[in-house]
Amino acid sequence: MMKVLLSNVVNGCRVGSITEVGRHGNKVLEFPGCLLYTRCGSAPHLTYDVLQKLDTVPEGVQITLPTLAEQHHVVKDFQQGIGKFTGMEDFFLYCSVQDPAVREATGYNFNKGVSVWGPGGRIKLEVADFMAIQKAFRPDWYQCLCDGDTASADTSTKRVRKSVDRTLNFLDQCLEIHQKSQELKGSEILGVIEGGDLLEERLRSARETCKRPVAGFVLDGFQSFAMERETRKNLLKAVLEVLPEDKPRIIHAVSRPDEVLEAVECGVDFFDSSFPYQVTERGCALVFPFSKRSHSDVCDETMIQGPDDSSQETTENQHCRGSIEDKRSQRTKFEMDLNDKEKYACDFRPVLPGCSCYCCQNHSRAYIHHLLQTGELLARVLLMMHNFHHYFGFFAAIRESLHQGTFQELKTMVTQRTK
Amino acid sequence: MAVKHALSLKILAECPTTKARVCKLVLPHHTVDTPVFMPVGTQGTLKGMLPAQLEELDCQIILTRIRLNNYGPELLDKADGLHNFMNWKRALLTDSGGFQMVSLLKLAEITEEGVKFQSPHDGREMLLTPEHSMAIQNSIGSDIMMQLDDVVHSTTKGPRVEEAMYRSIRWLDRCMKAHKRTDCQNLFGIVQGGLDPELRKICVQEMTKRDLPGFAIGGLSGGEEKAHFWRMVHLSTDYLPRNKPRYLMGVGYAVDLVVCSALGCDMYDCVFPTRTARFGSALVPTGQLQLKNKQYARDFRPIDDNCSCSTCSRYTRAYLHSIATQETVACHLVTVHNIAYQMNLMRTLRQSILEGRFPQFVQDFMDTMYPSRNYPVWVVEALAAVNINLQKAQPQPDAPLENIANTCS
Repeated sequence: MMKVLLSNVVNGCRVGSITEVGRHGNKVLEFPGCLLYTRCGSAPHLTYDVLQKLDTVPEGVQITLPTLAEQHHVVKDFQQGIGKFTGMEDFFLYCSVQDPAVREATGYNFNKGVSVWGPGGRIKLEVADFMAIQKAFRPDWYQCLCDGDTASADTSTKRVRKSVDRTLNFLDQCLEIHQKSQELKGSEILGVIEGGDLLEERLRSARETCKRPVAGFVLDGFQSFAMERETRKNLLKAVLEVLPEDKPRIIHAVSRPDEVLEAVECGVDFFDSSFPYQVTERGCALVFPFSKRSHSDVCDETMIQGPDDSSQETTENQHCRGSIEDKRSQRTKFEMDLNDKEKYACDFRPVLPGCSCYCCQNHSRAYIHHLLQTGELLARVLLMMHNFHHYFGFFAAIRESLHQGTFQELKTMVTQRTK
Repeated sequence: MAVKHALSLKILAECPTTKARVCKLVLPHHTVDTPVFMPVGTQGTLKGMLPAQLEELDCQIILTRIRLNNYGPELLDKADGLHNFMNWKRALLTDSGGFQMVSLLKLAEITEEGVKFQSPHDGREMLLTPEHSMAIQNSIGSDIMMQLDDVVHSTTKGPRVEEAMYRSIRWLDRCMKAHKRTDCQNLFGIVQGGLDPELRKICVQEMTKRDLPGFAIGGLSGGEEKAHFWRMVHLSTDYLPRNKPRYLMGVGYAVDLVVCSALGCDMYDCVFPTRTARFGSALVPTGQLQLKNKQYARDFRPIDDNCSCSTCSRYTRAYLHSIATQETVACHLVTVHNIAYQMNLMRTLRQSILEGRFPQFVQDFMDTMYPSRNYPVWVVEALAAVNINLQKAQPQPDAPLENIANTCS
């Protein structure tokens, strides 16, 4: 049985670990932590052997239905699960319904099911389809089918209620199939908390989900663009108070460093790593400081001088499929833009001096700038390596700060304005 | 007294039957085992591969094409050469830039001074001279640099071929004069002469009068008939000095590598293995697998059961089918495999020469590639010219392999 060891709770922040989980009994998932973001089951741009060159890769991997659902008949015939199929069987696998790096299209869910968008277009998933996929994939954890289409500003109260009702209904149906399934004996189902920005609905969703035998909770519909920061904070606090302490809480598409720290303070345990992927896609590198050892002078000099109000700059954060210009406009103050010719064409320093990742140990800003200018694939490989390394290090720093009682200092360091 | 070159060639073994040989080619940055296949990179990178991956794949030397607009000599001087800029510690070979001018740019015009072309960048007219090419390659700091030559399409006939051959000799002299770093970089001459045996002979005899560290056979592998191709290679290696490396440009199909090694070539380059990888095409001993094809959707075997590359030890054809041409990871995985295939082919080829069983290696290789023993005529003829008679092959049952027949155009 899965064990949640909560070693400390400091001002709402939870720190601890999960053991004996799913099909990977020997794995330990430390929280607050993040899951490795994947596309089609592989880390973006990184083959397994290149991924091995990073020394901080999380034990847990997030796979997503939009990028994998089309393969489900093949994986069923394969008979050895999605981990083996994608070459990631060494990892703990969590399967989410949507892709946190892509803003889901609105208006395509229906009473009996949910739509996800694969490379070949719309895939309609009713409960039976969804459970057939999980039986073929056999992940350690999976997010229950859910209707989280409440993020757009004009969502009515009625629509929000419907999303809660549908999601609870999906959960009951999925649980019934799950409990009878031999294939899913080693898998655990996570309930999904919906309710948009309505406190009442959030609480109803949380209380009802708690009554069901779920292994943990997914906090859905809290994306950056869905609501104001204050609203999110208040809703998260209220919801997490209702949830039992001994079960993990995962949030999706809340992965910018300052947002992560706020969510940790509310009691969230797990995050996705779609943020470093999005940073990579726009040709940028994460350089924000999170430890005294990292060279904050370098950070100050290189980080993008963003507008002061960071909530404003990320409202379109989730569009990762936009044009290059769109991507550039989404830059945050946590990254440096290696496309910048004036700054980096002849800058032979590493991306982040002092960083121990493969990219920084072996290559220069000028080289990566050159690779970006010429559209070479290696640019994304190197940036993805650095950005993952930096982001995973950030989570290690969060855990360490909670053990040491220095979380507030960390928060100040991360959220400080660039000079 | 001969000039001291920045390389040495030690012949380890020569096949008693054919002209094949195994050498240690000691270059400033690395020692290379020949016959060697050199993967081709552009823009100071090899198609998404980390330098560490190339080392793990046992690549000892890579070729990098120079593009005139992107990294100027100033940047490379500041970066202290291309080795440093791309962090590649082993050997590098650079081309002169001339071939690309001619093959990629329709508006290139060749005069005695150099190659005049329009910049693909901003449309400005630019002139690439032998001196300019040497200056760039000196800035790059490659272990082997190529002369600027006057390349004509391999199917061209008439006086243009002769003119280009003689001009290439004149340009070679200008390159030798302009080459500033003979102590740490090696300049190779390129034998031209189209498909005319007389011109080839004149060119190779004239060029080998000059004390150069090595020679290339150029102007081939451009769509000419294979019957002409192998005869030009055969003739060139007959006249090239035994104690210097012989580089056959633009060749990379497995069958060609095996035949041309029998004809006495030491070095090869081609974009094919890495380019085809990016389209989801994987190299196997029986030919190629087009991984995008539906037949692989439920094929849970690795690309090649006998391959020990990191792709084959972890991924199935079915998974690669599902991500090919969709995720960049697919490009990387097939690129790793295809480079591993080329490296493994050359390693086993060298081993067979060292162990004195090269003819048997050739026989086995051809029987795997052509299970029905329908060897291409040119292969039979070329090998017969070096005393390997393929028709003596023992009949073997045809295996039902996924052979996309290697057409060897």
